[in-house]
Order: sequence, then structure tokens, then C-alpha cells
Amino acid sequence: MLVIENLKAAINGKNILKGISLEVKPGEIHALMGPNGSGKSTLAAVLAGREYVEVTEGSVKYNGQDLLAMAAEDRSKEGLFLGFQYPIEIPGVSMVNFMKTAVNEHRKHKGLEPLSASDFLKLMRDKKELVEIDSKLANRSVNEGFSGGEKKKNEIFQMAMLEPMLAILDETDSGLDIDALRIVANGVNKLKKPDNSFIVITHYQRLLDYIVPDIVHVMYDGKIVKTAGKELALELEEKGYDWIKKEVENSFVA
Amino acid sequence: MEKDQDKILSDVTSGDYKYGFYSDIEMDSIPKGLSEEVIRMISAKKNEPDWLLEFRLKSYRHWVTKKMPGWANLKVPSINYQDIIYYAAPKQRKALDSLDDIDPELKKTFDKLGIPLEEQKHLAGVAVDAVMDSVSVKTTFKETLAELGIIFCSFSEAVREYPDLVKRYMGTVVPYTDNYFASLNSAVFSDGSFCYIPKGVRCPMELSTYFRINAANTGQFERTLLIADEEAYVSYLEGCTAPQRDENQLHAAIVEIVAEKNAEVKYSTVQNWYPGDKDGKGGVFNFVTKRGMCKGENSKISWTQIETGSAITWKYPSCILRGDNSSGEFYSVAVTNNHQQADTGTKMTHIGKNTKSTIVSKGISAGRSQNSYRGLVKVLKNATNARNYSQCDSLLMGDRCGAHTFPYLEVDNQSAIVEHEATTSKIGEDQIFYCNQRGISTEDAIGLIVNGYAREVLNKLPMEFAVEAQKLLQISLEGSVG
Repeated sequence: MLVIENLKAAINGKNILKGISLEVKPGEIHALMGPNGSGKSTLAAVLAGREYVEVTEGSVKYNGQDLLAMAAEDRSKEGLFLGFQYPIEIPGVSMVNFMKTAVNEHRKHKGLEPLSASDFLKLMRDKKELVEIDSKLANRSVNEGFSGGEKKKNEIFQMAMLEPMLAILDETDSGLDIDALRIVANGVNKLKKPDNSFIVITHYQRLLDYIVPDIVHVMYDGKIVKTAGKELALELEEKGYDWIKKEVENSFVA
Repeated sequence: MEKDQDKILSDVTSGDYKYGFYSDIEMDSIPKGLSEEVIRMISAKKNEPDWLLEFRLKSYRHWVTKKMPGWANLKVPSINYQDIIYYAAPKQRKALDSLDDIDPELKKTFDKLGIPLEEQKHLAGVAVDAVMDSVSVKTTFKETLAELGIIFCSFSEAVREYPDLVKRYMGTVVPYTDNYFASLNSAVFSDGSFCYIPKGVRCPMELSTYFRINAANTGQFERTLLIADEEAYVSYLEGCTAPQRDENQLHAAIVEIVAEKNAEVKYSTVQNWYPGDKDGKGGVFNFVTKRGMCKGENSKISWTQIETGSAITWKYPSCILRGDNSSGEFYSVAVTNNHQQADTGTKMTHIGKNTKSTIVSKGISAGRSQNSYRGLVKVLKNATNARNYSQCDSLLMGDRCGAHTFPYLEVDNQSAIVEHEATTSKIGEDQIFYCNQRGISTEDAIGLIVNGYAREVLNKLPMEFAVEAQKLLQISLEGSVG
């Protein structure tokens, strides 16, 4: 589904990603962990198509297509979803109107007719239940005046509406209390199907108590320095990131 | 409505001004230039009574003593008033008895603009007066309205058929001495709409006037007079477009509204004159005086304007709140893009007791444009318990445009409560990217955000036109980000 090869990228001339290679197969959940500043969010930004990140080397194939050549909105319509670490407020634009526009753009891309107003509202209702989002949120402006937890739940709700093939959740767990965390994780688990994939970016192990990854990667200084099964997350929780840092630095010395 | 919105958002294909075509219609026009002679010629062409010719000449003599006002935040190139044609009318073979007599080319023009002149084809519940260049071409639903005693016709016809009404009200709200452009209009005005709603009648349909400039080098100087007698109600809408031309064209109109006791008038404008090209070449100079008089107790006048066109806009739809308990409203969205300039706002003059005014102005600037809000709230000595609420928001796109706010307050009564709020915001790249990431293109994202920002004002428009206006906002801003 996603094949990243030797990806290097810079922001304002500063190298942030220093050669990432990663493959995500259909149906897999990958956890991407690592200390602050290791490049996790930058990787998410590159995959979603943010223009301020400059790709200097490497390639990304998404379902056989050159992902880096696609416009951000086309990546979305091809099933790539980014759950934002800091969801953006859009005053004056209701969630209903926003989602309807998005859903119908996706449908148009697939050659489907736009949903009728009543079908759309039904879809919203179903998905709201699925992710246990307060139904009043949908009538408010996009993220405006939402609490931190509400914003994150809203990301999961949008994911449920758009049913992506590959969802990248950028620190969706940060700033959540334990109940909200459970709701977000349940949302992800309910949306998991045999053929769709997730990249869950997180700083902490606790989210992985609820979402069980197939593969865990640890990033440090713009590179993936360790890849293993879900037990790696537990090890990190126990020992912290320092031992990884030491390992990496020692390997340079050696 | 929701379906329409979808259509709008998927409808947009290019940023070109789509009303820029020119119709090849045989015109009856007079030579360029302005003089007493020319004014007599216009008056003669229209077979006007002497009192009207006198009014014109009086206005002209006043105009020549005045200079163009320079206080607006606008850079206006000098206008050569001798280089303008002051009267141009589509030629007609004979008097119009039925629609069949209208030049097919003319009919086609209005069809193309989405304003069919055939009643059966028209939007249900909207009566239209179609004005091209200097004359009214056709007024629809006249007979239906007449059954209720409503007069809706061209200004010229009103002068002929209802001279007493015209004499009684014309110039009472906007005197010929009011300002430079009002004097000019009073001297050379050609046609426009006239509307009278009799006592106790609620007008059952939207009335609208559609203005079209077609001929080259021609100024458009129309005049609209709207009277709502006691207990009457009317909702009125005007729209306007012009062909795409390299030279500038002058438009100087007057709208006067009178609301008697307990009457209510809603006046909405969707202004889409040709704005000039990307480099600021061509476009209409729009210098308009619009004012309503809340003459009777409990009367109400509400202005709603969506201003997207014109190279230069100079326009302040205002209310004189003379009757006790009367109220005035001004809701405005003004969009400027490329090299457009707008200096627009309102004046609310509180004279009666317990008078109330509301001002909501939303400016949107993009490209290298300059967008100014200018508003005056004036509370006179005897206007006890006057209330005003003003809100002026500016939205900026890019970093080469300007937004300016000039609120003026003159309060001479201690009991007045006057509130003013203002905000400035920017459409952020983050907001656009967030939309992109959900599958919404940049152009559509701007449409969503701008329409969300302007929603409070758009909601005030009659529904059919709200949809049209949303579409217009998006088209006007195309290509302004990225």
C-alpha cells in the first residue's frame, strides 16, 4: 500500500528527515514512536502533502502511484487521511457543510452521485454514534471553540466519514484524558477492516494499550532506528528513549 | 438550498468574468459631452414635462460649481466628463405592446444573464424591471401587481403616468445638492425603476431591477425611487453587470427610499459590474448615492449589499431615522480582488426617539486591492434612547492587499448607546490545507471559508439570490491564493 524509500526532507533548508524507508501493507497497523523532534510529524506532513516541507531525496509509492506528485486533495480522495495533531479551526463553516463538501468530493472522484441531504444526515448520525461524538458538535463551526479532546474526537469522526484506506494519526492521543483516549482508540478499532491500514504516531505507549500495532518503529534524529513487534513499545515504556539514543550514538562511534 | 450549495461549489471552472460579453444591438444615442444643450436633448428624447427639465437644469448648474470629492480612500483617475455619452438606448421600432415587440437580440442578452423577460420563464415570485444602458426594457408582472394597487414601472413611465407621486417624493431623500455625483445624476439620469406600495399592502413577490451597461463610452445614470406607504412591506433587489472593456465606464446612480408609518422596506443589491482585468485595466467606476428615509413611526429600512464588481466603488447606503421607534439596518459584504478599490459603508442618522440601527460590514480583500469601511453613526440632540450596534470585520487574503476601517461617531444625546466591534483575520494556509486534506480543492476551500465568514449577511438576502451571491463570492476570489 505504502512504500517509502530513503526519504529525505527539509524545512527552511534544515534537514529533518534523513533517509526513511518504510513499507505498510494492507491491513497493518504501524506505530511510529520516538522522542520529540525526531521527525515523526514531519513525515506525516510529507505524506499528506504540506508544501512547506521540501523533499530532497527518495520516493513514496502509494498503491503504485507516485504519492509525492499528487496534490494534497487528490491524496485525500485516493484514501489517505491525516488525523491532525493540532486540528485547525474554521470559523463560520459548519461541520455539516464541511463534511458534506468533503464526502461529495470523494464520491465525485469515485464517479458516484452526491449524497442527498437526508442520506448525508443519516450517514453523519451513524458515524457519530460509532465514534461516540457529541451530536451537537456537528452543528458547530469546524473545531471552533472545541476542547482539545473534542477536536481529537472530531478527527476520528471525520476519518469515519471518509473511510480512508490509509490513516495517519499524528499524536491523536496527546492531550487526551483516559476516557477520551478510550473513545478515540475504540473508534480506530471499529474502523479497522482487513484491508485498510493505519500509521499511529505517538509519543507514549499508553495508546497502544488500546490499539494493538503489528509493527512498532522508533524514530530518532530523522531516521527509523529500530523496528520490531508490539513488544518494542513496552520496552520503550519501561526504559524510556534514552537507551535508544545511546544505542544509536554508540553505533556511530563504532 | 444544500443541493444548490453543492452545485455552486462544483460549478466553478474559471475565474473569468462571465458577464463580459457585448450584444450587438442597434442603439439610439446622442453625441459625447455634457452641457445644458445635452440635458435638453435627453429631456426631449424622453418627452419630459417642463418641471423635470427644470429640475435637471437646476442640478446641472449646481454640479458645475462643485468639485469631485477627495475624502475617500480611493485613487481615482481623472474623469473627462466631456468624453462620455449620456444617453444610449436600444432602438425600438414602435411602442412596446407586447413582448413580441422586443428586439430578439435584447431578449437574448437578458436570457444570457439569467434574467428571462418572459414571465412564465422567470423565477416564481420575482417581478423584474430590466434596464439596459439608458432605458427600461421591460417590466414583468406589472398587471399582477397592479391588482393590489402596487405600481412597479420604469422611472420614465412613472414621470408620465404618476407625475404627482414623482414630484412629491423625488429629491426629498437625496436632494440634487447632496453631493457631486448626486448632482450629476439629477442632471442627466436616464431611467431606472419606480415603485409605490399603497397603504396596508404587503407586496407578494420580490421586486427587482436588473441593470445592464452595454454600449461603449456610455455612462449609466439610473434613478430608483421606492415608496412604501403606511403599513406597507416590500422586498426589493437589484443586480448589475457590464461588458468587459479596456476603458473605464462611469456609473452614478441614485436610490431613494421612503418608508411611511409602520412600513418596511428591504433593499438588496448584488453588484457585479465589470471589475477590470487582473492588471487593473478597465472596469466600472461605481459612484452611487443610496439613502432611505424612515419617515413614519415604527418604519424600518434594511439595506443588504453584496459588492463584488467595479474597479472603484464609492457607496454608502444610509438611513435617516426620522420617525420615532424607526430602525435602520445595513448588512454588507464587499469583496475586492486584483486592483479593485472599494470605499463603502453607511450613515445612520438618528433623529426620532427610540430609534435603532444595526451595521454589519464584512470586507474581504485579496490581490493588490484596497477595501475600506467608512461609517457614520450620528445621534441628534432630540433622539432620546437611540441605539446602535456596529460590527466591522475584515478578512485578508495574501499580503499585498489592504483593509481599512473609518468609523465616525457624532453623538449629541446622552441617553444613546452606541457599540462598535471590529475584527481583522486572515485566511490561513493551515485552514486551506486542512480542507485540502479532506479532499476539498483550494478554490472550493476559499469558497467555503469566505461564505462562512459572510454568512450573517448572506442570510439576509432572499434565498434565490443568496445562492447566486455565494457563487459570485467564490468566483470573485478565484486565483487569489496560491
